[in-house]
This record gives sequence, structure tokens and C-alpha cells, in this order.
Amino acid sequence: MIDTYAWLILAFPLAGAITIGLTWRALPWRVHGLIGTAAIAAAFASSVLALLELQALPHDERQVLVVGWDYAKSVGVDAQMSLLLDPLSIFMCLVVTGVSTLIHLYSTAYMASDRGYTRFFAYLNFFVFSMLLLVLAGNFLLLIVGWAFVGAASYLLISFWYRRETATRAGIKAFVINVVGDVGLVLGTYFIFKHVGTLDFLKTFERVDEAFTTNQADLVAGCILILVGAFAKSAQVPFHTWLPDAMEGPTPVSALIHAATMVTAGVYLIARMHPLFEHAPIAADVGAIVGVVTLLVAATIAMVVTDLKRVIAYSTMSQIGYMIMGVSSAAYAAGLFHLLTHAFFKALLFMAAGSVIAAMAGMQNLDKMGGFRKAMPFTYGCMVVGGLALAGVPPFSGLFSKDEIITLQFERGGYHAVLGVLAYVGSFLTAVYTFRMIFRAFHNEPVPEAAELEEGHLAHHETPSNPATGEEEDSEVGFPGPDHHIAEREAPMKIAMGVLAVGAIGLGVLQIPHVTSVIHTFLEPAFAESELYEELEPTASAEWIGLLVGALIGIAGVALAYRLWVQDREAPARIRAKLAGLHRFLSAKWYFDEGIDTVIVRPFAWFGRFGRNTFERLIVNGLIMGGTSAAVRGGSAAVRAIQSGFLRAYAALLVLGLAGLVLYFLIAAR
Amino acid sequence: MSVTWYLLVSALVFCIGAGGILVRRSPLVILLCLELMLNAANLALVAFARAHGNQDGQVFAVIVMVVAACEVAVGLGLIVAIYRRKLPVDVDELRELQG
Repeated sequence: MIDTYAWLILAFPLAGAITIGLTWRALPWRVHGLIGTAAIAAAFASSVLALLELQALPHDERQVLVVGWDYAKSVGVDAQMSLLLDPLSIFMCLVVTGVSTLIHLYSTAYMASDRGYTRFFAYLNFFVFSMLLLVLAGNFLLLIVGWAFVGAASYLLISFWYRRETATRAGIKAFVINVVGDVGLVLGTYFIFKHVGTLDFLKTFERVDEAFTTNQADLVAGCILILVGAFAKSAQVPFHTWLPDAMEGPTPVSALIHAATMVTAGVYLIARMHPLFEHAPIAADVGAIVGVVTLLVAATIAMVVTDLKRVIAYSTMSQIGYMIMGVSSAAYAAGLFHLLTHAFFKALLFMAAGSVIAAMAGMQNLDKMGGFRKAMPFTYGCMVVGGLALAGVPPFSGLFSKDEIITLQFERGGYHAVLGVLAYVGSFLTAVYTFRMIFRAFHNEPVPEAAELEEGHLAHHETPSNPATGEEEDSEVGFPGPDHHIAEREAPMKIAMGVLAVGAIGLGVLQIPHVTSVIHTFLEPAFAESELYEELEPTASAEWIGLLVGALIGIAGVALAYRLWVQDREAPARIRAKLAGLHRFLSAKWYFDEGIDTVIVRPFAWFGRFGRNTFERLIVNGLIMGGTSAAVRGGSAAVRAIQSGFLRAYAALLVLGLAGLVLYFLIAAR
Repeated sequence: MSVTWYLLVSALVFCIGAGGILVRRSPLVILLCLELMLNAANLALVAFARAHGNQDGQVFAVIVMVVAACEVAVGLGLIVAIYRRKLPVDVDELRELQG
């Protein structure tokens, strides 16, 4: 039975994508939204059934390999269509399908006036299929396929408004960086495969012990290459620059792909590969340190960004930094728990942001927002719930998951304690920038759009324009639709946000230290061979102290934000004037884009120009092609010259040749 | 009598034929010289057949004569064609066929 459910989880989104794609002309567009939502809801139901089946199995048999057929079985390669069902993959399936269902529901209303409505749902279903393929894959081959598919889906959805140049550029950037990650993953797989001789996950993990010694060079190289894949997908330093740009896509896409699901694939990957990383502590250390660096870099940039969606995007990077740090330092359950709570509160924040952007008629600039609190009470409530969960204020869910990661850092000891301290610094920044965003958008005097909305008029611009560049647009296909939709007026958006808000508030109860440990117990079979999984068990007092510190830091951050952006509103300008250099540095996003441009893009462009202008022209055209043709032409000219048509010359040649031959034989015969 | 003298005559006739082809310009004479060369070969074949005491060489000689007859038929045909079209009967003049 569990086999059937596993295939059904994959089949529903794929069938949805194909159905929507093929019937775009036959069915009315509203139906496509329903098909898309229903397909994902069915996948969610299948995941739940698979979960029940899995839980019915004995504890140590909860790793079920479902083999569809042998894809290619030849010398030494065992490529199968196999899915691995274990608590980890089911956990990911539940998160992905659950959050996706809600985001599809939200999109049915939010995208209603967009001319690309049908295409949007086809892409979205395809994305969910790819993501499920990624998390269910039972071997490296399928993992890579799913990995590449989600990259493609992400590209399609970032560039969804394909007549907007900023959007297509952002899509290309995301795709290129993701492909770098794909290459890393493929090469990493090769390093592992070379030694274990199998592509299957379970067999690989079984053979790790014999195949590798701890920190063996090939294993470390393989793990670091796999990390490159994870970093590119999860937007970790230095592969993070695509994520803020990816905000060019429609807001539900940002919520689904670039916050809740796809970008957490790196976290899943590290957790899935934990037997490898436990044998290569060096690689795991790289992961943990990069996670901390990312969370600090992203949090500092988020302090100065003025684009509403980009603030949340940087916060996503930062939160994924926590998760990467967690799973890289053996805090698997904590990292994945944070993945779950983050999916809820971050999707909620994006949805609320989408509602605000709609109320601003497409504008995303925080500088032009303010005072939406009265006009949009529901959105405001959701934003605050999401913000409090993100900031780690009790009793919201974010506190429990984030602080468990940090507490486990102190429990690991050694340099991990330093990471823990830095992570607390990040927590403080998180609370400040989150509430900077909320206070600036919702508090203080209402801007004209907010004041109008209080009287019941939704802002509507006569000539739509690109919020990033101000270029004029129309509202035909390839650009956003003419009408905007806010949560206050659309029931589907309200329902989706409501469910997510409940999750953002309440999910913390799954894992209250030493009271409940649902996630930890549930995931245990997937980490059965991990020694660190059980070992890392902080005492109750350590956990509660951690929670207390985290909560205090969160509250302090919110209070500071309240002081700066509500009470003493001159202060931010004063601070900015005082720290002008720092502000410039952060506004330029630590000059990562420029750095990558100088170090990688420009040398490559130079190399390309050299190839085209110099190498191609001189060596290829001149030497290889020109040289060959000149040799042939010269040779044929010489041969042609012999064909003089002068009969007696031919005869002379013949006679001479014959004479020469005879002479040769005469001499040779001696 | 040793076979050497026959071969000597054969070589002499062959050289006369070859020399004729090289120096003469009339197609008719060139054909004649070709015949000389073929018959020089025939002479050598028959001489060897006699020396070795079997008939293989003679068989070859007969075949060569057949080939020579064919060749002359074609060659004379060409010469007649050249004559009819009022082309110069001189191989040095007939050299359009060139690379």
C-alpha cells in the first residue's frame, strides 16, 4: 500500500501540470486554478496516508525503498526508478504539499486578474512535482533530476512576467547560479560513487564505513561539492545573490519557492547525506560556518533594504543559514523543525506582503508605505504573527525551533559555541529588521493609498509600471494583470493566511524541550545510524535557559525597532548619518554582486571575447581551417600541373618510372 | 642456344618502340610503336616459354595479340575520327584534355 501512496504523491502534481497544460484552451481559466489546487491537496492527502502507513511499521523498518523499475543496469551502475520513504522524506512531503496547497489556494484569488493565470498554475504544479521528486528520490540519479527540475521551475516562475526585462534577467541569474550548484552536486555524487559503487542512498550509507576513513580526501571533496549544490539552491554565501533578485516573480512564487520549499532543499540534502557528513567533519564544519556567515550577512543587509519583498527574501536567506548551520552540526531534528516552522511563518509573511503590495497597486518600496494598520487589519494581524514567529518571541513557533538549533550549538561545544553566540546576534538583528519592516508599512500616518483604502477604495494606477525601474507597462499577458487583490476582500487568501497563521503560532508545541518531542521522535528512524543524533541531548535547564535568552533577545529586538521606527522616528536618519559608510556598504549588499562580477563574470566575459576574437579568428579560422584548405589547395595545384594534356610527356613519365622500377629491382637483386 | 639473345632482341625492339613513342608526333606512328612494344613483350614471353619448356608463355602471347588487336581497332578508330573532324593529326597539338 505504501508503494502506491508514494507514487500517488508524485502522480497528482504531475497529472495536474499536464492536465492544465493540455486543456488551457478547452476549459475556462477559473477551473485551472481549482485543478491545480485540488491536485496538490490530493498529493497532501496521499502524503498523510503514506505517513500513517509508515508509522504503522515497526520502528526499525521505517525506511522503505519503493522500486518502480530498473532504469539502467549495466557495469557497476544501478540506476533505478526508486523512491525512498522514510520519516525524513515524508516530513518534507508533508511540508511541501501542505504549504503548497495553501499557496495554490491563495494564488487562485491573488493571480485572478493575471492574463497568465493558467500558465501560472501549470508551472506551479510542475514545481511541486519536481520538489516532491527531489525529496522522495531513493538514489542520487533521481535526486539530481529533481534538483535540476526545481531549478528549471524556479526559472520559469521568476521570469513569469516575461515581458519585464528585470524579471527575465533575474530568472537567468537564478538559473545560472543554480546550474553551478547542479554541477557541484553531480561532481560530488561522482566522488562518492567512485568509492561506494552504488547510486542507491541506503546502500551508499551502509558502505560509507568501509569505503571511507574519516576525513578521507575524496569524501571531503565529494561532501564539499554536494555543499556547493546545497548552497546554490539554498542561497548561501557566496551563491546567494540570485535570491533577492528572484523577488521579481509573483508574490505566491516568492512564498512557495523562494521561502517555504525550494530554497530549503539544501537543508534537506545535508540532512539526507548526514552519514557522509558525519564521516567528513571538515565538510560539516564548512557547512556550519557558511550557515553562520550567511545568517549574519543576510540579517545585516535586511536592516537597510527598502524593498518590502527583498527584506523578507534576506530574512529567508538568514533563516536558512540557521537551518544549514543546524543540520551541518548534527542538530538534524532542530534544523528540520525550523524548516517546518519557517515554511509556515515565512509563507505567511510573503502572503501578507503580497496583500500590502496589492494595496499599493504593485509598489514594493517601504519608503512609500505606512499606516496600513487600520486599512488592512487582517493582513496586519498576519504580518505581526509571522513577524513575531520570525523574531522568536514566545510563544510563537519560531522561538522553539530556532533556539533549539542554537542550544545544540552550545551543547556541541568547541567552536560551535562561537557559532551559537553569533547566531544570537543574528536573532537580535532578525527581530529588529522584521519589525522595522512591519512598523514602517503598517504604523504611523497612513499614506494616500492607505487612507483611500480605509474609505473602501483600493489603489489603482492608470498606467501600470515596473516597480523596480518605473518603466511603463500594459496589463496584457507577460505583465501583471490590471486588478489587485487584497486578503481583506478575498476569501481564499484569507483562508490560506489564516491556516498559516495558526501554524505559525502553534507549531512550537510539537517540540517543547523535555515536554514534547514529536519531530525528534518521528525523525529518529531516518537518523538511526547517526551517533550524534541521540548523543546531542541538552539538559532541561540548558534548553530552558536557551529559550529564555532567545526570547529576551527577540523581545529586545522588537522593542528597539518600536523605539526607532514608531517612537523616536528621527533616530534612524541620525544613525544613518553617523554610520554613512556602513550604510553604504550594507546598501550595496556587501558588494557581493560587484565582487562576483569582478572575479567571475568579467574574466569569463573577457575569456569569451578572447575566444571569439582571437582564438576563433586566428587559431581556428586561420590555422586549422585556413591551413588545411591551403595544404589541400597547394597539393591539388601541383597534381593538376602534371595533367598537361601533352601525351608524350605522359609517355616519358611512364617510361622513366618503369626504368626507375627496373633499376631498383636490378640493384635490389644484387 | 641460350634465351639471352631472344631477350636481347626483345629489349631492343621494346626500346625502339618506347623511343618512337617519345619522339614521334603522328598518332599513327605512335600506334605502330605501341605494337612494337607489345610484340617485344610477346617475344620475351615465347622465349621464356621455350626455355622453361611449358606453354603458359605462349598462351599469354596469344592473349596479348588479342588485346593488341582491340587496342589497334580503338586507336585507328580515334585516328579516323580525328581526321574526319579535320583536327591536326599531331599529338602535341591535341592537348585540350588537361587539368
